[in-house]
Amino acid sequence: MTETGFLGAALRSRSLVLGAVLTAVFVLAAVVSFAWVPHDITSMNVPDRMKGPGGAHLLGTDHFGRDILSMIMVGARTSIAVAVVAVGIGMGFGVPLGLAAAARKGSLLDEVIMRGNDLVFAFPSLLIAIMITAVFGASALNAIIAIGIFNIPVFARLTRGAALSLWTRDYVMAARVAGKGATRISFEHILPNVTNLLIVQGTIQFSLGILAEAALSYVGLGAQPPLPSWGRMLADSQTMISIAPHMAIFPGLAILLTVLGLNLMGDGLRDLFDPKIRRVGR
Amino acid sequence: MSLLEIEGLDLDIHGEAILKGVSLGVAPGQIVGVIGESGSGKSMTAFSVMQLLPDGAMCRGRVTLNGHEMLALSEQSLCRLRGNEVGMVFQEPMTALNPIQTIGAQVAETILIHEDVSRAEAMSRARGALERCELPEAKFPLSRYPHELSGGQRQRVVIAMAIALRPKLLIADEPTTALDVTTQAQILQLLRRLVDEDGMGLMLITHDLAVVADMAHEIVIMRHGEVVEAGPTARVFAEMRHPYTRALFEASGHQPERDETRRDVPLLQVREVVRDYALPRTRLFAPQEHFRAVNGVSFEIAKGESLGLVGESGCGKSTLTRAILGLEEVQSGQILLDGEPVFTGHRPNREVRRRMQVVFQDPFGSFNPRWKVGPLVTEPFHLLDDPPTGAARDAAIAEALESVGLSAEDRHKYIHEFSGGQRQRIAIARALIIKPELIILDEAVSALDVSIRAQILDLLADLSGRFGLTYLFISHDLSVVRTITDRVMVMQAGEIVEEGPTALVFDAPQHDYTKTLIAAAPVLPDRGAA
Repeated sequence: MTETGFLGAALRSRSLVLGAVLTAVFVLAAVVSFAWVPHDITSMNVPDRMKGPGGAHLLGTDHFGRDILSMIMVGARTSIAVAVVAVGIGMGFGVPLGLAAAARKGSLLDEVIMRGNDLVFAFPSLLIAIMITAVFGASALNAIIAIGIFNIPVFARLTRGAALSLWTRDYVMAARVAGKGATRISFEHILPNVTNLLIVQGTIQFSLGILAEAALSYVGLGAQPPLPSWGRMLADSQTMISIAPHMAIFPGLAILLTVLGLNLMGDGLRDLFDPKIRRVGR
Repeated sequence: MSLLEIEGLDLDIHGEAILKGVSLGVAPGQIVGVIGESGSGKSMTAFSVMQLLPDGAMCRGRVTLNGHEMLALSEQSLCRLRGNEVGMVFQEPMTALNPIQTIGAQVAETILIHEDVSRAEAMSRARGALERCELPEAKFPLSRYPHELSGGQRQRVVIAMAIALRPKLLIADEPTTALDVTTQAQILQLLRRLVDEDGMGLMLITHDLAVVADMAHEIVIMRHGEVVEAGPTARVFAEMRHPYTRALFEASGHQPERDETRRDVPLLQVREVVRDYALPRTRLFAPQEHFRAVNGVSFEIAKGESLGLVGESGCGKSTLTRAILGLEEVQSGQILLDGEPVFTGHRPNREVRRRMQVVFQDPFGSFNPRWKVGPLVTEPFHLLDDPPTGAARDAAIAEALESVGLSAEDRHKYIHEFSGGQRQRIAIARALIIKPELIILDEAVSALDVSIRAQILDLLADLSGRFGLTYLFISHDLSVVRTITDRVMVMQAGEIVEEGPTALVFDAPQHDYTKTLIAAAPVLPDRGAA
C-alpha cells in the first residue's frame, strides 16, 4: 500500500471525509477556545439572559446571560479531554492485556485476563460509572476513570482476537526460530499488524466516551461548574425548554454532530482498512 | 459440435490486458487440461466462461456454452446457467464450504435454486449426488458439517455440489493442489469417472503438467494471457513445439546439480523422540487424554547431507520440525545437534539454535508485511550474543541477499514489492544470514510455480555446495524430494516407516505405505516416448 494510494482512497470515501471534517471542526473549536472565545463565560450578564440566536451572541445566551457558542467551544475541551483520556486508559491497559492473553493462549494468565474482562463487561457501564462518581465524588477526573475502565475489556478482547490469528503466521514462527520471546514478538510483529483495528475501534470508543461524559454530566456527576460541559448545558436548559429552546438545541446538536462525525470516520476507516488487511496483511 | 467454444477472447481489467485472444474448446465427455503458471490467465479464462469477473473487467470475443452466447446474456440468465449447465470446483476445499451449514443443505441448495422441487426431494437428490461422489450414507449422513470431514472429503462435497444438476460442463480450478498425493489420485479418478458417466465436459485447470498428463484428452498451455500451445495430449508431449512448453516440461522434472559425495559425520541426531499433545477435556474432571503426534522417531543427518522427510498432512512432520527447532519440548527422547541437546533444563539452547534455521512454505505469510527487507532478513541476529551493527550489519545483509540472487539495494523495499519466488529467496537469505549449519526446508518450494521451483532448487543445491549446508527437506511432494535429497524417510502416523537412499526407496519401496504414495504420485511421460 503506497501512501498516495491510501490517501487517494481515503479522499474517495465520502463518509470518511465528512466524518473527518465534522470531527476536525469540533477539535478546532476546542483548540481555539484556549486562545479566544467570543465572550467571557465566567462572568454572568443577567440583562442579556436567554437571548435567542443572532446579533452579538451568534447562538444566543443561557439563563445567566453567558454566550452559548463560547460555552460549546469550551465544553468541547471537556468532552474531548474526557474521551481522549478514557480511550487512552482503555488502549493503554487493554492492548497489553490482550497481547499477553494471546501470547499465552490457554494458560492461567489468559483465563484470568479474559474472565476479568467478562466481569467488567457483565456490569452496565453507566451504572458503575455513576457508582464510582457517587463514591469518590463527582468530578471530571472520576468520570474519566469510570469511562476508561469500561474501555479496557473492549480493547483487550479486540487485541486478543486479532493477535491469536497472527500468532499462527509463519513470520511469527520465524521470529520464534530467531529466538525472540513472546513479549518481543508481541510488540514487534503482532502490535503493528493490529493497529488498523485499534484505530477504527478507537474512533468508535471515542464517540462512546463523549456520549458517556455527556450522560454523566447530565446527571451532575461529570465536570463540575464553572467548567462547562455539553451534558450539563442540556441539563440546565431542561426547565427552560419552552421559553428558550435554543439553550437545549445547540449543545444537543454539538453532541450529535461530534458523535456522528466520529462514527462516520470510524466506519470510513474500517472500509478503508478491511480490504487492505486481507491484501497486505496476508 | 463443441460444448464450450471460446474464440478470440480478450479480457481487460481496469484497462490492463489479462487475456489476449484466447481460443479453446471443450467437447462433451472430453477432458481439457488448461496449464499455466500463476498470472497466466488460466483462472480468468474459467471466470470469463462463468462471467464471474471482478469489477472493471471488459470481455471481448466469443464464449459459447451449449449454444448460449455467454458474453451477451443478462445477469439473470447467467444465474440460471451457473450451477445448472456449468459447475465449478475450486482449489481450497477448506473455504469453499459454509462452515455453519450441513453438507446436505449445501448440496441441496444448488438444486433448490434451479428447480422447483420440494425440500425433501432436493435432499434426496443431494444424497444421490454425494453417493456418486463416493460419500456413502452410512459414514457421511447429510447432517454432517464441513469441519467433521477431511480435506479430500470436503472436496468431494464441493464436487457433489457442482455435479448435483448434472451440468454439461464442469470447470475444476486446481481441484487437487491443496490435497495430499493419495487423496489427489482419488479425486482425479472420481472426476474422470463422473466425466465418463455423464458425458460431461471437464475443463481441468492446473499448474501441474503431471496431473493432466495421464488424464486430459487435450491440453492447452497458457502464458501471460495467451495460449502458446494446444492440441491432443499425446501430440503436445511428443512435439512440444513452443519453447515455453519445453521449459515447463523440463522445469517439472528439474534435477539440480549436486555434489553427492558420501558423508559420515553426524550433525543432527534424533533419538526415540516422543511428542504428545494434551487433548481438550471432554468433561470437567475427566482424565487428561493425549494425542501422540510423534512416536519414537530416530534418525541422523550427516554433515553436508540432504535428507528428505515425506509424509501426508497430519503425519507429524510439522511437529517433528518444531521439536528439532527447539520451539517445543519433547516428552521423551533426545534431539542433539553436533552432540549438544536443543533443550537444556526445559529451556531452548541458544548455542544450538543459532546453528539452525528454517524456510517455510508460504512465501506470502512468512514475512511481517510492515517491515522492510533489511530488518526482516536480520531477524535471526537476535540469536547472537554480539550481533553485528553498522557497516558489518550492512555487509551481512548485502552478502545474504546477493548469495540468493537479489541485490543489496532490495533491503529498502517492503515485502509486498516482491513476487512469490523472490520472497522465497528472501526467506532463504534470512535463514543464511547467521551462517547456520542445518536448514530445515518445510515445504519450501511447494507453493511455487514449476519454473520458479526449479530455480530455487538450483539455488539450494548451489548454496549447499558453497556453504557446506545440511538440509532437512520436508515435503509431501515426492518429485521434489527425489531431485534434491541423498536419503529419504517416509513418515506415517507419527512413525518413520521407511528410510534409505533416495533412489533405492523410490525405485524399490519396501513398505506398503511408501508403495501407495509412489503409485499415487502423478508422473510425466518421458519426452518423446509419448
